[in-house]
Amino acid sequence: MQVTMTVNGRPVHGEIEPRMLLVHFVRDQLGLTGTHWGCDTSNCGTCVLWMDGEPVKSCTVLAAMAHGHEIRTVEDLERDGELDPVQQGFVEQHGLQCGFCTPGMMMTARWLLDHNPHPSEAEIREAISGQICRCTGYANIVRAIQWAAEHPRVEPAAVPEPAAAAGQAAERSGEEVGVR
Amino acid sequence: MTTVEEAPAVPMGFGRMTRKEDARFVRGRGNYVDDIVLPGMLHGAVLRASLPHARITRIDTSAAEAHPKVRAVITGSMLEGLNLAWMPSLSHDVVPVLATDKVRFQGQEVAFVVADDRYAARDALELIEVDYEPLPPVIDARQAMAPGAPVIRDDIDGKSDNHIFDWEAGDRASTDAAFAAAEVVVAQDMVYPRVHPAPMETCGAVADMDKVSGKLTMWSTTQAPHAHRTLYALVAGLPEHKIRVVSPDIGGGFGNKVGIYPGYVLAIVGSIVTGKPVKWMEDRSENLMSTSFARDYHMHGEIAATADGKITALRVKVLADHGAFNNTAQPTKFPAGFFHIFTGSYDLQAAHCEVSGVYTNKAPGGVAYACSFRVTEAVYLVERMVDCLADELGMDPAELRMRNLLRPEQFPYTCKTGWVYDSGDYPRALRLAMDIAGYEELRREQAERRQRGELMGIGLSFFTETVGAGPRKHMDILGLGMADGAEVRVHPTGKAVVRLSVQTQGQGHETTFAQIVAEQLGISPQDIDVVHGDTDNTPFGLGTYGSRSTPVSGAAVAVAAQRVRDKARIVASAMLEVAPEDLEWEKGRWFVRGDPSVGAAIGEIAMAAHGSLELPEGVEGHLDAECVYDPPNLTYPFGAYICVVDVDPGTGQVKVRRFVAVDDCGPRINPMIVEGQVHGGLADGVGMALMEVMAFDTEGNHLGGSFMDYLVPTSLECPMFELGETVTPSPHHPLGLKGVGESATVGSPPAVVNAVLDAIGVRHADMPFTPAQVWRSMQGRPLRTDLAVE
Repeated sequence: MQVTMTVNGRPVHGEIEPRMLLVHFVRDQLGLTGTHWGCDTSNCGTCVLWMDGEPVKSCTVLAAMAHGHEIRTVEDLERDGELDPVQQGFVEQHGLQCGFCTPGMMMTARWLLDHNPHPSEAEIREAISGQICRCTGYANIVRAIQWAAEHPRVEPAAVPEPAAAAGQAAERSGEEVGVR
Repeated sequence: MTTVEEAPAVPMGFGRMTRKEDARFVRGRGNYVDDIVLPGMLHGAVLRASLPHARITRIDTSAAEAHPKVRAVITGSMLEGLNLAWMPSLSHDVVPVLATDKVRFQGQEVAFVVADDRYAARDALELIEVDYEPLPPVIDARQAMAPGAPVIRDDIDGKSDNHIFDWEAGDRASTDAAFAAAEVVVAQDMVYPRVHPAPMETCGAVADMDKVSGKLTMWSTTQAPHAHRTLYALVAGLPEHKIRVVSPDIGGGFGNKVGIYPGYVLAIVGSIVTGKPVKWMEDRSENLMSTSFARDYHMHGEIAATADGKITALRVKVLADHGAFNNTAQPTKFPAGFFHIFTGSYDLQAAHCEVSGVYTNKAPGGVAYACSFRVTEAVYLVERMVDCLADELGMDPAELRMRNLLRPEQFPYTCKTGWVYDSGDYPRALRLAMDIAGYEELRREQAERRQRGELMGIGLSFFTETVGAGPRKHMDILGLGMADGAEVRVHPTGKAVVRLSVQTQGQGHETTFAQIVAEQLGISPQDIDVVHGDTDNTPFGLGTYGSRSTPVSGAAVAVAAQRVRDKARIVASAMLEVAPEDLEWEKGRWFVRGDPSVGAAIGEIAMAAHGSLELPEGVEGHLDAECVYDPPNLTYPFGAYICVVDVDPGTGQVKVRRFVAVDDCGPRINPMIVEGQVHGGLADGVGMALMEVMAFDTEGNHLGGSFMDYLVPTSLECPMFELGETVTPSPHHPLGLKGVGESATVGSPPAVVNAVLDAIGVRHADMPFTPAQVWRSMQGRPLRTDLAVE
């Protein structure tokens, strides 16, 4: 069957099997591999992306169900070469280690801050409670989201392309707010 | 106006800096195995055994082969023809790639399908018919050794039972004597249940056999790319120089990705058979049911002491459930890993342990989940026994520990089972943890709450880790010594590259290893590229697990960088026309002693070394060096943890209120990364103590095959951890560093368990403390987590 949807602001069109999961459509057909596949049972949350502005677990959404809808993935968080504060917060507060859960965590975090710009620690923990991280023990993910809440805008030209000297991101650590 | 001096954003060496690798990860531009797409790539899927123990009487693949999208169907009998049906395990046993005679655990690999896409490959699995003759399963490790138990490994000539090994350490006679003379003896059975590391990324591979060049490129989720390459050469008979193993970004390892799984080999076979690249990526159920589990130690501990609380001896018997094949990944000479560090952090007269391994109809593995080769089990045993003794004596567990901890002047300390602890100041770490926690105040609060019927618990643990395997004369895996190579090269313009034998699954090596070189050479970490995870582009070494990267590879890099510095001195002496002995080093620069204005910076030296400068006799140009580091000893990080829990008396629900962790891993390359690793390990402890268990029913069905059934901690179970540190350098590591990656996973479970038992006033019950287990323990009838579920 054919599906049409908007992905990261651009119309896309695909020929798919009706049973194809949205996570596989996004990864395998669109090549947007920032969204990960972790469990199949909507328990782990590595596949979280947005459908019509709401975070969904794309391993339990059929691509066909996204027909006519608007999808946003982690690749769309950065705008005009500027990281989203949530992305910057994860860097500044060491909110990631292996990086596998990170895109899903960040998509939920962005949604939370859009709806609740100043969440409490408990509200942050509740928001990400459907997503699993095995590396961080969540403490620095919470701090990363708190950092993003405290830094709603990032100064321009702050962070490099991955291919460039990645360390410019690290140079920004001088701006950090106090960790512990 | 006052100014506050800030730490430099990027330290010239050790210190907090954000991670270089994060630039790609936060953009969703990591490159994990499942992200790799090659032209013409096919997809593989594994058919797995539905029964835990059964004879295969027939496999019919004709319908699967007729599927229009299927390119190949591979069975065990086909592999037998290639002499590939079985492969060596990491513990001198064999493991089937695909079952030929019997299946021996639920989820074992039976057939492999290669198809055009991943959905079609799984469709075709449904078309394969397998006839099984069911056999009685052996699920309980104790029943495995009972007379008349079904023999699981009848593939081994003459095998008539399920016994694997007996092993002992320590001195039996002196231990028995110490027990005979003891004023107090406490005995306790305890189970460290079967758990699973469950990294967020499951295991997988992309195999690409180039038929023209004969070269295999293997992208795979491996923590040990070089060891894998050698093993592929040995197993498949492929020439080693025609194998390239690439470990790209890895979504968490925790020991789960040390071994070679049948799926990896099957992807290679699939690529050879079809002439196309083949991707195999397991799903979560496959990961939980078939890949390397952890623990499953059934322990009987005894502790002897004087009436006033001086511990004199420990005695332990362990039954180790290794599953259907002995495939633990650990140094060959240590079938029970490093369990014999079970004397822990205490000054004893004698100790003895016996460990017996048995086969059961469960998945193989055993050493995984950040355990430092079974130090996790050892620390759990001793820290529970100390709490049981405290209960017997009516002593505060902190006071009992403080009375028995090794004293700083006893280091280096040879423990009763032969380990040589390199350095430590244990009482200082415990005191610091108690101060951070406000221990005495917590005990007062606990007493008040008890008056009101509230259940609050305070649990301690003190651990000694042994990490950085290991000295070549003592430690190898399948004959490969556990040394690691490193190469440091300074480019003409003063930038540098360091090539590592180890790789990262989230540890941040691209940052920390640059910091090690920066510390030695005075080149900014931003100007140092770290190359790792690709056997074609890195020196040989055994990989990242057992917290060995910093102790072994970190030392190799430090020594190589120091050799670069030494060579730079000679080049600088030629540049400055002074004797090398007249030069002094300050970070990044050699200068003339007594005249600091005359000198050469490392960048200038690098350009000169690559240029036309006339160099002294015997000095080659360029500025590089390498090192293969054979560690003289392991390193012994340690720490003191205090966990505070509240238990709902109505439901048995445990809430971790506080978790204080003081870690000593020597100097810290990047404190931010160390703290992150400690956080993760503390969460592991919360998970194992409260939630995680891989249970089986009496039929041998796996009851933890998804994240709906195998529970791991979420943000709601984990508190904001409170960390502290002491710094006791290792005397033998070139930079004084110790490993830390697994410290918290090793140290945290007993702290949580001790806290729960303290809250409910029960001497012992087994993990995990689910609400049901807490409730039943309060009623005096705890669940037996070691038994099959009726």
